[in-house]
Amino acid sequence: MLLSAIQLLLFLSLPPFLLGVINRVKARVAGRTGQPLLQPYFDLWRLLHKGAVYSTTTTWVFRAGPVVGLAAVATAGLLLSFGGAPAMLSFSGDFVLFAYLLGLARFFTALAALDTGSAFEGMGAAREVSFASLAEPALFLCLVVLARATGALSLSQMLGEGLGSAWSTSGPALLLTALALFVVALAENARIPVDDPNTHLELTMIHEVMVLDHSGPDFAFILYGAALKLFLFGALVVRLALGFHFDSPWAALLAFLGGMLVFAVVVGTVESVMARLRLSRVPQMLVGASVLSVFALVLLLR
Amino acid sequence: MSSRILQVKNGEAVEARAVPRLSVDDLQGLVADVVTAGGRVAALYGREEAGELLVTAVLPNDREGTLGLLSAPVTKEWPSLAPECPAVQLFERELAEQYGVVPRGHPWPKPVRFEHRLGGAGPDAFGREGPRADIPGGYPFFAMEGEEVHEVAVGPVHAGIIEPGHFRFQCHGEHVFHLEIVLGYQHRGAEGMLVGGPTARTVSLLESVAGDTAVGNALCHARAMEGLAGVEVPPRAAALRAVALELERLANHVGDLGALATDIGFLPTASYCGALRADFLNALAEICGNRFGRGLVVPGGVRFDLPSDAAARLAGRMEEAFSRVEDAAGLFFDSPSSRNRVDGTGVVPKETAQALGLLGPAGRASGLQVDARKTHPFEPYSSATLPMVTLEAGDVHARARIRFDEARASAAFVVQVLRQLPEGPVRAPCPAPRPGRLAVSLVEGWRGELVHAVTTGADGRFARYKLKDPSFHNWMGLQLALRGEQISDFPLCNKSFNLSYCGYDL
Repeated sequence: MLLSAIQLLLFLSLPPFLLGVINRVKARVAGRTGQPLLQPYFDLWRLLHKGAVYSTTTTWVFRAGPVVGLAAVATAGLLLSFGGAPAMLSFSGDFVLFAYLLGLARFFTALAALDTGSAFEGMGAAREVSFASLAEPALFLCLVVLARATGALSLSQMLGEGLGSAWSTSGPALLLTALALFVVALAENARIPVDDPNTHLELTMIHEVMVLDHSGPDFAFILYGAALKLFLFGALVVRLALGFHFDSPWAALLAFLGGMLVFAVVVGTVESVMARLRLSRVPQMLVGASVLSVFALVLLLR
Repeated sequence: MSSRILQVKNGEAVEARAVPRLSVDDLQGLVADVVTAGGRVAALYGREEAGELLVTAVLPNDREGTLGLLSAPVTKEWPSLAPECPAVQLFERELAEQYGVVPRGHPWPKPVRFEHRLGGAGPDAFGREGPRADIPGGYPFFAMEGEEVHEVAVGPVHAGIIEPGHFRFQCHGEHVFHLEIVLGYQHRGAEGMLVGGPTARTVSLLESVAGDTAVGNALCHARAMEGLAGVEVPPRAAALRAVALELERLANHVGDLGALATDIGFLPTASYCGALRADFLNALAEICGNRFGRGLVVPGGVRFDLPSDAAARLAGRMEEAFSRVEDAAGLFFDSPSSRNRVDGTGVVPKETAQALGLLGPAGRASGLQVDARKTHPFEPYSSATLPMVTLEAGDVHARARIRFDEARASAAFVVQVLRQLPEGPVRAPCPAPRPGRLAVSLVEGWRGELVHAVTTGADGRFARYKLKDPSFHNWMGLQLALRGEQISDFPLCNKSFNLSYCGYDL
């Protein structure tokens, strides 16, 4: 239980650091020193101390968006185990809840965006949900592959002890799944090549344009929620890739944290060497991820 | 027929009264002939002579290297030529705004930059009197009907630190049917302020017409002034001016390549080109103390000399800087992920470019042979072997590639000129302009051809100073490039044109 609590604490405190590492990698590749590693924390602190501005055309939906978004993502974090210890919350079929908590967060973010009545935010919401409708099946297929490979129906077990033997019996399938999950992680978290988190060009944005009207603490919630979500997807990929079993839960935790660092560096490197995809090509990439996981499923079912 | 058009050289001054006066029908017929024969209209503007409005046309002959001048007295209205020659549509709107000349049958009769009348009295062609505060309200936007058609309005206040302009998209989802651009937010009345000059502030004023084309506009002005005064520039001054003009081109082209990479999130080129742009700006600062070349070019020559040893050092540094640009920009052109974004995006076919009279890199990317450095050269361009770079594709990639290839040619040119700077003075005295003269000066700025058409009155003062930035033609090219594109590609297309807002607004 103590270990689970430590894991939860790490989940709540580390995500902004992950963003700091990604930013640092990008800066280094571009030949710059880059912002401090802890800058995302400073940003959150600054935003939390600001007032918020609300348009008179918005309703409670606009204010609820950031809160529900953060709460849903944080709750999803309870279902995932990050090191050797089991998750805080675990039951058979909890991966469905996991996927739909993320869906709930997106639903409210999109609703809050539509509530502003701005052409930009409507455009962003339309893009977000149309890409999500392709990313969600890919995520589900990945989880189904995991469930099939490990014979378990809860995330803790799917990514727990059973995974080690699954890697030895159906390694190729899990490798494909890990690749697909990485692509979904990039898409779901608005990273290059799907979205550019640093751009100021509203017309090209997907996720960022939905939250243009949020300010102060609301915006801090959104940024923090986005960091948590990136951490969750990173954790899925890392736990899957680190399939083997550790005897000591502390060693497992250390290996997990090391894996997350590698994940951040890989994301930063991808962003440094690739341009964004044309918006009309994003669905192709997401369908590609789905196809990868279908192949994985076929390998398991044959 | 040619006797009805006065042929002059670039920068040559003639008696203003020697410009042929034709009837409106003859003038329009000649303009239409030139345009249908593949020619272009450099300027079509109004000037007043003895209380009478003379519409004057400047028709460059790019093969012969001459400029054809002709004029016609016009009163309240004239038949619009725009349906036949789309290239003149904006000139006609400008005439309507500045002098109240109604273009009958104009397909798009809207204000250009919401300015006051320059000449004549009473309401302008749009029925408006005096200063107005109707930007952008009251502007009749092109609109589309339909349940699922929606409008996206962007600007005039933008997210980045750029100039103000309003963009109105008619969309169906991500698909753009039509884009309309409204400018005029930065109208300062530059043409009006220049009348009565030259004064001590004339050069500074022209340098601020478009801040990124300071050298281009100053040089265009200086050449017109030298024509009006009848002086020759010392060869060393001419060489230094050309170096400054090409450094301005290099800085902007390299910066544009970096900005294009930023727009598609391609970091390597974005960060290095941004830094390398500064090398070229610093070179300008080394010559004249200002990174944008302000205060360098004056009528009669240049204000600052560059010692020969400093010139040799600078040449070495420019070679070095451009070799690094080759590396940084090479990544952009070789990487599949960036090519995927730029290839085939925002295409302007050659026929469209020709009809609109696109200029500069945007025109050359669509295959038009437009480069005043080649077609209307002056020293040292007339003796240099600077190539005219053209491509056919007319997409974002072509507009980027043109910039890269031109920057390479400019870098080689700068190095060559700096290594062989002629000896001698850098400034000749430039007396006051002679009265009653007209001079048209063309300079290929980094965005394209700049036109300054200057007329002096009986007192030797500027009676009319017509300015034209290439953006005046090219904004329409951007609007058409967006048709049928994705709205998310607009910033990329916009950056590939990188037009001047203030150069258009004057």
